[in-house]
Amino acid sequence: MQMLYFGWVRQRIGVPAETVAPPDEVRDVDGLIDWLSGRSDAYAEALRNRDTLRVAVNQELCEFDAPVGAGDEVALFPPMTGG
Amino acid sequence: MIRVQEGDFDVGAELERLSAEAHGSGAISCFVGLVRDFSGGESVSAMTLEHYPGMTERQLGKIEAEARERWPLDAVLIVHRYGRLEPGDRIVLVATASAHRKAAIDACSFLIDWLKTKAPFWKLEETPEGDRWVDADPQDTAAEERWTAPEVERGHG
Repeated sequence: MQMLYFGWVRQRIGVPAETVAPPDEVRDVDGLIDWLSGRSDAYAEALRNRDTLRVAVNQELCEFDAPVGAGDEVALFPPMTGG
Repeated sequence: MIRVQEGDFDVGAELERLSAEAHGSGAISCFVGLVRDFSGGESVSAMTLEHYPGMTERQLGKIEAEARERWPLDAVLIVHRYGRLEPGDRIVLVATASAHRKAAIDACSFLIDWLKTKAPFWKLEETPEGDRWVDADPQDTAAEERWTAPEVERGHG
């Protein structure tokens, strides 16, 4: 699974992108965030507050209950500030 | 048409091109967003825009398609920059062409309101206190939501 991070999520985690292989129990974005948060304090801190997180799976905005699996591109980022 | 680029754009040249493309349109409306030299009471010396290549173009394409659904537009142009910009620099250009002014103006306003909350950009400001990420503005969300109300006017001008 390809992870992408933007804005302060990227800054707090420390990398802009990485390939991860979560266990089979991880079936949706919520589960993925829980699993990532267990990797280190930096992940836990960056992903602590879901109200301030937005997610896209395969470049489509979605909710935290969206399914994810191997081969997906999952991006985590703060609320967008375009314009 | 959608363009995401690091370099500057020439507003006059862009509008000339749009005008040629929308031959016969009676109206072109245009919005240019600039980098401010202040934010939340602090001076801002520069701003770096980060974006999500690929998704940015997709989201802007969807926003354009939504505008074309709602108003009779002959041409649409969105140019959005990324990278490090300084106060006074142009960030974004939105231009719409239509037979009548109201459709052009309303669609332009709609597009810039939607860009604020739906285009995957993030802004890092440089201030005397250090760098800080720009938070999403609740007013921008309110501005975007007014276009989702069912009574949105779709008339001609």
